[in-house]
Amino acid sequence: MNDMRLTERGVETKQIKMKARGVEVFYGDTHAIKSVDVDIEDHTVTAFIGPSGCGKSTFLRCLNRMNDTIDICRVTGDIHLDGEDIYDPRIDPVQLRAKVGMVFQKPNPFPKSIYDNVAYGPKIHGLARTKAELDEIVEKSLRRAAIWNEVKDRLDAPGTGLSGGQQQRLCIARAVATGPEVLLMDEPCSALDPIATAQVEELIDELRQSYSVVIVTHSMQQAARVSQKTAFFHLGTLVEFGETSKIFTNPEDPRTESYITGRIG
Amino acid sequence: MADITNSGTGGPRKSSLTESSAKIAKRKRADLILQGFGIGAILTAFTVLFILVASLVSTGYTAFVQTHVTLQVFVDPAEVAEERLPRGGFQEVLTASLLSNLPDADPESDARAVRNILSNGAQFYLRDRIVANPSLIGQTISITVPVSDPFDQLNKGNVDRATPEAQRRVNDREIGWFDALDTAGMIATPLNWGLITNADSRFPELAGLRGALVGTFWALLTCFLISFPIGIGAAIYLEEFAPKNKLSDFIEVNINNLAAVPSVVFGLLALAVFLNWFGLPRSAPFVGGLTLALMTMPTIIIATRAALKAVPPSIREAALGVGASKQQVVFGHVLPLAMPGILTGTIIGLAQALGETAPLLLIGMNAFITSAASSPFDASTALPTQIFIWADSPERGFVSRTSAAILVLLGFLVLMNGMAIYLRNKFERRW
Amino acid sequence: MTLLAFMILAALAVSGFLLNRSAALAIQAGGTRTHSLAYFHGLYALLSVLVPVFVVICVYLVLKTPVINGMVIGGLPDGVLDDMSAGQVDLVLATIQSITRGQTFGTPPDWQLAAAERLTSLYAGADLLMVVVVAALSAVILFFVRRQVAAEFRARQAAERIVHGLMVACSLVAILTTVGIVFALVYEAYRFFEMVPVMDFLFGTRWEPQIPIRADQVAAVGAFGWLPVILGTVVIGTVAMLIATPIGLLTAIYLNEFAPKSVRAVVKPVLEILSGVPTVVYGFFAILVVAPALRGTGADLGIAVSSNTALAAGGVMGIMLIPFISSFADDALTAVPRSLRDGSLALGATRGETMLKVLFPAAIPGIVGGILLAVSRAIGETMIVVMAAGLIARMTINPLDSVTTVTVQIVTLLIGDTAFDNPKTLAAFALGLMLFILTLGINILALRIVRKYREIYD
Repeated sequence: MNDMRLTERGVETKQIKMKARGVEVFYGDTHAIKSVDVDIEDHTVTAFIGPSGCGKSTFLRCLNRMNDTIDICRVTGDIHLDGEDIYDPRIDPVQLRAKVGMVFQKPNPFPKSIYDNVAYGPKIHGLARTKAELDEIVEKSLRRAAIWNEVKDRLDAPGTGLSGGQQQRLCIARAVATGPEVLLMDEPCSALDPIATAQVEELIDELRQSYSVVIVTHSMQQAARVSQKTAFFHLGTLVEFGETSKIFTNPEDPRTESYITGRIG
Repeated sequence: MADITNSGTGGPRKSSLTESSAKIAKRKRADLILQGFGIGAILTAFTVLFILVASLVSTGYTAFVQTHVTLQVFVDPAEVAEERLPRGGFQEVLTASLLSNLPDADPESDARAVRNILSNGAQFYLRDRIVANPSLIGQTISITVPVSDPFDQLNKGNVDRATPEAQRRVNDREIGWFDALDTAGMIATPLNWGLITNADSRFPELAGLRGALVGTFWALLTCFLISFPIGIGAAIYLEEFAPKNKLSDFIEVNINNLAAVPSVVFGLLALAVFLNWFGLPRSAPFVGGLTLALMTMPTIIIATRAALKAVPPSIREAALGVGASKQQVVFGHVLPLAMPGILTGTIIGLAQALGETAPLLLIGMNAFITSAASSPFDASTALPTQIFIWADSPERGFVSRTSAAILVLLGFLVLMNGMAIYLRNKFERRW
Repeated sequence: MTLLAFMILAALAVSGFLLNRSAALAIQAGGTRTHSLAYFHGLYALLSVLVPVFVVICVYLVLKTPVINGMVIGGLPDGVLDDMSAGQVDLVLATIQSITRGQTFGTPPDWQLAAAERLTSLYAGADLLMVVVVAALSAVILFFVRRQVAAEFRARQAAERIVHGLMVACSLVAILTTVGIVFALVYEAYRFFEMVPVMDFLFGTRWEPQIPIRADQVAAVGAFGWLPVILGTVVIGTVAMLIATPIGLLTAIYLNEFAPKSVRAVVKPVLEILSGVPTVVYGFFAILVVAPALRGTGADLGIAVSSNTALAAGGVMGIMLIPFISSFADDALTAVPRSLRDGSLALGATRGETMLKVLFPAAIPGIVGGILLAVSRAIGETMIVVMAAGLIARMTINPLDSVTTVTVQIVTLLIGDTAFDNPKTLAAFALGLMLFILTLGINILALRIVRKYREIYD
């Protein structure tokens, strides 16, 4: 696995998975996001960083139209997934979200068994025809989320009974089980202790092989550790976007530099 | 790692987002069906409410007007003599007047039938006039009196003239007489102030809500005077002073359970304790109010506690900080700020008490009483029990009286709830 | 007289306030600092007079009638009351009372006239005595309280202790009410079970509470088996819940997940109106509209529908319970954390799937608690069934038939004149006791479930 990652890191040009152009978001009268352009590459971890309230989470939620669930929220501009406009009126957000999965800040397992948590997505999308297929999907998703060994003996236990880190990996398994192409993660480690954080970060790095991962984080160290690309948001605008190594060592914008050196935020 | 997700190294799945599969269509349909059921449920509730209001209004509106007949009456000294007042042949005098207007009616054989056009209470209208002014004896005076229920219903169009005569309460001849009076311009249908100013009566055309309104007023006043101070006192103690121990827990559980005890059980309590053991008078609004107070108290306590809780601790701390005692803080600062919330809760509690019927039935507030109570210890009915009595009465006229009484009751409820909403909006404060 | 007593009390209490305050002010004028403000010295005097004397007046008002009645009855000449039942004694008393009001029927016997005179004089004497006691007691308290005024007297603490005691007393009213309910029901039910065996009541299948009025009357002796009554309650309650539960839950689901804000803003107040309609109005609605409509429909279909069919009472009761269930379910659904909803939507679930497979199951404990409270309401609901259900107890579960309920029987047994010495009256208390136990059990269970549920998501 390590070899694969090394070789992939060497690849310079990757396919663009999602493309955002001129995205603006309004909450009522508040202009939360101002004209953001971003390209999300496939098989890459893209980190959104910036001070609290800079709009990075809001922008992330635009990528799978989770903002639709907020009444007063209005989004303009273009966001494309594999060349298709996801805000096209013909697009069903239900189908979109099956392709663009999301993991939240606070682990939010359903009050069901571990098995049912993971099987929920495949069941509603009808991905398994038989119980055996469903079992297979559940096992693979749990393995992929690196939690299989910890829960394989108690799949019937409630998901809410797990530890924080386990719950978050269960939520990742749940997101993975629907077979998404993009995984959005909204500060997935902020509610976890350092050990659990390390486990999830390692997992994110592995997930990159199969998915395009977008992670919002307030921790610059985390962004540096897990991401290849970094976008720096400040006051609703995208200040700088580029290779993680470049952003952290040689930022172009003075605001980025101030943030990274700890003067903003 | 076998890939079940169709993505990863094998290349991304290239299904278009707009391409809709049968599966998706089915899921969307299920969604719409669920919504449809929800809308259907709401429409059902709305329809029922509409039918409820419509049936009450359509049967009740006629009771807000009352058919009256205006007669030129010769107060015959042979029937009505000053020295025999207040007794006298008032009915005969009225009947004679009617007969003079109905040439086809035989003064002997039809006298009874003609008299029945007038309400049984009509003679008392005349009597009261004469008693007040005996000099009218021997003169011809103009007097307006209510007609009896069958003719009132006839005038209001509640009698279908096409139905066979035997199935009607008025026969063709009586209809003819009434039409003759109507053509002569003697029939009028003015606003029925009697609905408010008369007390109960066995005759629907005379029955009014005065006794019930007065009884309800006394009962609610008693209820308020008892439940408001006690409720607030208990709430302040439990919220601000009570130590967290078994006793205060027990009181709290008690209050929550009292709020859910069936109202008829409170009636049993009142009957056994207030009437049988304490010997308080039966049918008295005071006892009704006492019972309602016990039922309203939990509502007031719960509302007061919520209002007290909503006052931010910073206010308490500020007052305590300048050396006020705990009671000075609560009574001087917290309670005034919580007052709008407390009043809102109290009004809502009183509105519930206003509609309570079962406990009042058990303490006898469904008695037939033809005068309004002059004190809370006199026997009386209340608005909801009056509705119950009238709903039980067989006369056709009482159906519209019942609906009208319900409309009056609902009017008061709307008024009280409106007041509570106004208070809430006016004084609502965000800390 | 009572008014006079209250006025004397008020006057003395206020003068106590003024006296003590001016005494404290005088001390301050002398240059000494008092521990408490003069106002608190006054307040202490006011409360010290007001509270105990007020209690004395209330106790007097409560005890006056029973004690005087007892004295009048006890003072009647020997032999008059021999062989009289309690009801007949009450009648004698009522006759005497009406004589005092000047209402006589024919010529009452001399002993009644004498008793009436005695009654009048007793009342007058008692009232006079009360006024004197009130005045004397207030004055004595005033005297002692006035002597307490001193620079170091902690008047504020003393006054606050009285206020504190008053508040505790207010809180105890809730307990007293419960105790009163339990005691009244248990005591009267116990007297009932002395006449009718408990087992006959609990397991009897016939409920015929008619009892002979005269000893020689040929009539049923009365049967007091409550099973058909509770069965009728269950039938009507079931009809009500079958209507209220689905409509209430679907309403809550729609309002909580799908309804636009504007719809919610209209529907919620309308549901509040529905829940604020007094039950006597629903009862009239049942007999005016619903029962005739059902009977008409039944006649059209060729089915015999009783005029007091359980469907009418149960159906209208169900309508009454819709807002109750929907608001409980709405609250329970709102209490489910938003993160669960987001989690499900983010997986590509539709809103309906999210509601039915995640939110609703997560809210089930709260919803079940609400439904249980609704069941308890249905069992205890009185007016709708009194007006729309039947009076005859039948062992049937056919909702088209006429059935009776516990509450109907309680009201019909107690409406009109009640004498506390026959099983007919006391049977109502036995039914009331069962009703209280049943609803209390359900309420406690429901409140426990709801509280547990709240703890999960807090």
